[in-house]
Formats: sequence, structure tokens, C-alpha cells
Amino acid sequence: MADEATSGFNIHPMDQFQIHSLFGDGPIHFYTPTNVTLWMGFTVLAIVALLVFGTRGRAIVPSRSQSIAESMYGFIYKMVEDITGKQGLKFFPYIFTLFMFVLVANFLGLIPTSFTTTSHIAVTATLAFAVFFTVTILGFALNGFKFLGLFWVSSAPLALRPILAVIELISYFVRPVSHSIRLAGNVMAGHAVIKVFAGFAGALGLGAIAPIFAITAVYGLEVLVAAIQAYVFTILTCVYLNDALHPSH
Amino acid sequence: MADTTHSAGHEAASAPGMPQLDFSTFPNQIFWLVVTLVVIYIVLSRIALPRIASVLADRSDTIQRDLEKAEALKAKAVDAEAAYNKALADARLEASSIVAETKADIQKDLDKAIAKADAEIAAKAAEGEAKIKEIKDNALASVEVVATDTASAIVDAVMPGAADAKAVKAAVKAQLKG
Repeated sequence: MADEATSGFNIHPMDQFQIHSLFGDGPIHFYTPTNVTLWMGFTVLAIVALLVFGTRGRAIVPSRSQSIAESMYGFIYKMVEDITGKQGLKFFPYIFTLFMFVLVANFLGLIPTSFTTTSHIAVTATLAFAVFFTVTILGFALNGFKFLGLFWVSSAPLALRPILAVIELISYFVRPVSHSIRLAGNVMAGHAVIKVFAGFAGALGLGAIAPIFAITAVYGLEVLVAAIQAYVFTILTCVYLNDALHPSH
Repeated sequence: MADTTHSAGHEAASAPGMPQLDFSTFPNQIFWLVVTLVVIYIVLSRIALPRIASVLADRSDTIQRDLEKAEALKAKAVDAEAAYNKALADARLEASSIVAETKADIQKDLDKAIAKADAEIAAKAAEGEAKIKEIKDNALASVEVVATDTASAIVDAVMPGAADAKAVKAAVKAQLKG
């Protein structure tokens, strides 16, 4: 398929999301090492490089990498503390894990010809449902049936409460869907747009100034989106967690 | 699509549409995602997060300590300034007393010198007065002699032979005493 692109107007914006086995052409079992494995491995390596090797100096006056690691730590720590309060801080390692994974995977996906793990709904839905089930189970475990008070808006007039309860319930169950599609959709759309412009540039040949300019612009936007979506995913996780910790409206 | 040999394994590989919706790859992605997350979590919670937390705590301790040290040094500086000001005031006081003392000394010397000069001037004036008196006396004596002589000569000229030197002299003396 890629050979066809050498001549003519031939754009395959979705090819970059193809999952293939790293070794051979066999069927993809759940344990098969694929490009997903490769780029998740790079994600782990990048996180280790930044947060473990970057902070190796333990300096009072931090080096550049240590400073980045510390500011990320401080940023997420403050976010968790601000949104969920002191009780939420014991979940800080989980939330920081989520944030670092999404952020680094998004950024690694911006390397040309790389594979973006967070552009796949399977990945983001797993993350979102993990948050959803954690929050739901935690909510019932900590508050018992009082957790259902989340759906009973006691500040609203009594007549409205059942209707609001239905709306709240629906919105609660839509959460993992929006949570996951927001991230995968943003990342996938941006990458696809870049690929479409790249196809135009390939078709136009030497006169491809406009598409190349557009690619540059969209790429800049995508760098922003990569960080913002990681931030949004994390802050929503904190908000949902806060519901489990303090369900009263 | 021509290249079915390229990807015999994936049914949806060459099909149009989104690879995201190819459910056959879901178990693979989810499996590797879980592995990745577990590895990241272990690395973060065992190594990275405690390290960063301890570094941050150390730093805030150090900053706190440095601030306290700075506070102590500032207090010391304030003390030093007060001591300096006191020393300055003492020095000024001493200087003014020295000035007053010196002035008094000079005044004393000056007074002494003036008194001495006054005494000398008075002595010289007395001497001068004595001299003037002597000259005046001499002059008066000369006047008596001249008057006597003149009177004798006049008496002699008016009535010669009647001149009595003693009487003329007594008459002149009586006239001069007025």
C-alpha cells in the first residue's frame, strides 16, 4: 500500500495508526510484541530517563532535568491537593503515573514516523474505565450508600430531584466514554490532519509551500494539544476522585 | 487492494476505516498498556517520587535554615550599627571636651601674656612720666634762673648799684609761685 503513494494523489491518513507485529506477520495475540509494545516501551524509558536519571543528582540547586521533574511533581501534587484535598494525596502516585504516561506518550507520538499509543481508543478507554471503576468502588467503599447522594442534588427543589438524579446518573456513566474519546479523538484527529497535509505536500512536489506551512502550524498546535490533553485527562481524574472522596453535593 | 501478502495476519489492515476500531488488536494493546502502567507505577512509587519528595523537603529545610541565618545576621548587623553610632557619639563628645580644654589653656596663656604686656606698658609709662617730670622741673628751674638774671639786669639798668641779688631772687621766686 505504501508503494502506491510514490505517484499520484494518494493519501492514507489512517495508516499511521496501523498496529503490526514487530517480528514476522503472524496473528496478533495479546502477548505479541507490536509497535504498541515498542512505543510504550519508549514511553517507559523516557519517563525513567526524566524522573529517575534526571533526578540522580538530588541537588539542592537542581539541574535542568531535575528541575523539570520537580516542576511536574509539584504541578500534579498541587492539582491533586487543590481538587481532592489532603485525603486525595494518597492517590497521588496513581494520578502521577497516569499523567506521565499520557503526557510522554502524546509527545513521543509527535516524533515523525512514530506510533502514538494514546491515539487508540482501546488504550484511552482502558485508562478511563480504570479511573471509572476505581472511583465507583472507592466511592462505595468509603461512603457506603451515601455515595448515591452524588446523584441526589439536595440543593435543588424536591420536585426536580428525581429528574436531576436521572441526568446525573446518565452523565456519571457517560464519563468514561467522554474521558477516553476526548483524549484519543484529539490526538488522532491532529495526527490525521498532519498526514493529510503531508499527502498534499507529496502530491504538489516542489511547490508545496502552503501544505508545509500548514503542517508546521498544525504541528505547533499538536504540541499544545499533547500537553493540554494530558492535563485535562489528569484534572478530570482528580475531579472524579473527589466525587468518590466527598460525594455530597 | 493488491497487497494481501503484506499483512496476511490482520483482517482489517488493508480495509478502509479506522485501525482504532479493529477489535482484534484490543487485547494486545490493553495487555501492553497494563504492563506499561505497572512498570511506570513501580518505578515512580519506589524510586522517583520518594526521591523528588525528599529533595523538595531538603530544599525547603535548607531555605528555612538560610532564612533563619540571614535573620540572625541581620540582627547582628543592627547591633553593630548601634555600637558604631554609640562610638561615634562618644568620640564626638570627647573631641568637644578636648576642644574646650584647649581653648581654656589658650585663654589662660593669652591672659597671662596680656597682663605681662600691660605691666610692661605701665612700667614704661611711669618711666616716661618720671622723665617728663624731670624735664619739666629742669625747665622750671631754668626759668627761675633766667627770670632772676633778667630781673637783676632790669633792676641794674633802672637803678644801678641798688641791686641786691638776694632780694631779687626772693622776689622772682615769690612771683613764680604766683
